[in-house]
Amino acid sequence: MEQRSHIYGVLAEFATPEQLLEAVKKVREAGYRHIDAFTPFPVEGLYEAMGLKRNNVPLITLLGGLAGGIGGFGFQYWVNTLAYPMNIGGRPLNSWPAFIPVTFELTVLGASLCAVFGMLALNRLPHPHHPVFNVHRFKHASSDRFFLCIESNDAKFHVEECARFLHDLHAHHVTEVAND
Amino acid sequence: MSAGQPPIDSSEIRRLTPVLGPGYTFGSVTDKISSIVLTRPTSFGWYMGFLIAFGLTGLMTVAIGWLFTKGTGIWGINIPIGWGFAIVNFVWWIGIGHAGTLISAILFLLNQKWRTSINRFAEAMTLFAVACAGIFPLIHTGRPWMAFYMFPYPSTMGLWPQFRSPLIWDVFAVSTYGTVSLIFWFVGLIPDLATLRDHAVKRPAQIIYGMLSMGWRGSARHWHRYQSAYLLLAGLATPLVLSVHTVVSFDFAIAIVPGWHTTIFPPYFVAGAIYSGFAMVLTIAIPLRKAYGLEDFITMRHLDNMAKVMLATGLIVAYGYFFEMFLSLYSGNKFDVFLVEQRLHGPYAPFYYALILCNILMPQMLWSYRLRHNVAFLFFMSIVVNVGMWLERFVIVVISLTRDFVPSAWGRYWPTFWDWATFIGTIGMFVTLLFLFVRVLPAISIAEMRELVAETSEDKK
Repeated sequence: MEQRSHIYGVLAEFATPEQLLEAVKKVREAGYRHIDAFTPFPVEGLYEAMGLKRNNVPLITLLGGLAGGIGGFGFQYWVNTLAYPMNIGGRPLNSWPAFIPVTFELTVLGASLCAVFGMLALNRLPHPHHPVFNVHRFKHASSDRFFLCIESNDAKFHVEECARFLHDLHAHHVTEVAND
Repeated sequence: MSAGQPPIDSSEIRRLTPVLGPGYTFGSVTDKISSIVLTRPTSFGWYMGFLIAFGLTGLMTVAIGWLFTKGTGIWGINIPIGWGFAIVNFVWWIGIGHAGTLISAILFLLNQKWRTSINRFAEAMTLFAVACAGIFPLIHTGRPWMAFYMFPYPSTMGLWPQFRSPLIWDVFAVSTYGTVSLIFWFVGLIPDLATLRDHAVKRPAQIIYGMLSMGWRGSARHWHRYQSAYLLLAGLATPLVLSVHTVVSFDFAIAIVPGWHTTIFPPYFVAGAIYSGFAMVLTIAIPLRKAYGLEDFITMRHLDNMAKVMLATGLIVAYGYFFEMFLSLYSGNKFDVFLVEQRLHGPYAPFYYALILCNILMPQMLWSYRLRHNVAFLFFMSIVVNVGMWLERFVIVVISLTRDFVPSAWGRYWPTFWDWATFIGTIGMFVTLLFLFVRVLPAISIAEMRELVAETSEDKK
């Protein structure tokens, strides 16, 4: 197992989303791959610039919806035909139109729960502490500043070089991030 | 605008009344909204309002306690009128909740920018309204401690719920609606909770907001999945909100009682729900923007748009009333025709005329541009519509039940003190929760306001 580095990465601060986008493109062109950006709101085009692909939240949501719908209908079918059949005036036991409202609600419920908990799980949240929080100015990432981090596990990572490179991209503050 | 001036075209109006006041930056919207929660001292007015609302909540707990001691006999209900205030209030509250979901989900899908500063408290309103609504079906059952029978669980008796009954559909619809509204609201809150965590000065606030924000750090990867999840939730909540009031209307429409057994109920219930919900959003938004100086965020454009939605849904509701009556008369069914006569001339006729006045006639004043821009008038109008929608539920529930098929099954219903105490008590609970909400959570979505700042600054370029 490799030694855990005492530096998590190098963090650069930008004043506007445009500067950040520009910097991300340059950093990617320079060949860095283990990077992450931190913004106070979703910046359009940022994840494409970072070379990220589609995420799996829609797939998980679809599966959750299918599970809710099929499970919901199947359960009602089982209750009404097998577990607790009631013959009312010879009407069919599997009176499926009457099962649609509950099936629909459970489809929505399954899909919604999977969308939210799937999103949180893929994001590895809750995750109360993260090395970037060690940087004092990082609290501006939730209000008006845009951050870019080159992580130390990148193949090309070198503290001074990264810091110089980020400075040249007009970053306001460039800080080393301690890994604790 | 004086009468002599030439009409202004719509783009001009949009420029004059923007969705966000001028001169805001990412930092200043953040500071302004978060300071309401974090640094602003709790005002005397807040304490007074909270105290009154909390007192009314106390009244509700007393009323429910007395109900559990004595049974539903303390209410005005008796056979044949088994559904009195409890169902009237349930339908009314659920309907109010619908505007919150409409604003947060449907306007999001339609990419309406004016939704941004009102969706958060509208969603909170939904949650609290659903909480108030949920109380009524629970306590109106004769033995509320047996209410869990409605949920499917493997009981030792081998019993299962009757899934063909609209009342069970209701259980699933309302509990799904409550759950989805809660998680939708919470997902929207996560980035703002992180902002509060980072802005909080006091240690307890840092810890509480820190735990609630779950370590959100605004990573681009996180935002990407977050946006997918939020969009999907909006897409799921849209049909859900339509289904919930449809299912609520099935409680009536599936029955054969005259005045209930009609196919127009689902669409007209949904329209009525949105109508009353927007009225309630206005009732909350107007004092809120005044009390916290949020006129730059909740602008006249918002109030104007909400008034227009109210006008439009009000017209759909009016169409519903008209066709309900027309089809009853056109069908020639003597019970239906009789019910129409009862609405117009029966013992509850004043309620019906008050309903027409509040829901159809008075809202027509909203056609006037000048009145739509008069904040005091809008507030008054929102109360009128709330009252009107409550009357609608009363007319539907009570008149049909008091005039069943045979005269021997006719009756009369008047609410008792305890009916009123429970109803007013839930209003107290609703207001209490809203007061707590604006004090501890950002009433306007900060992250989305920053996005709006970015978008509006792009528009100017």
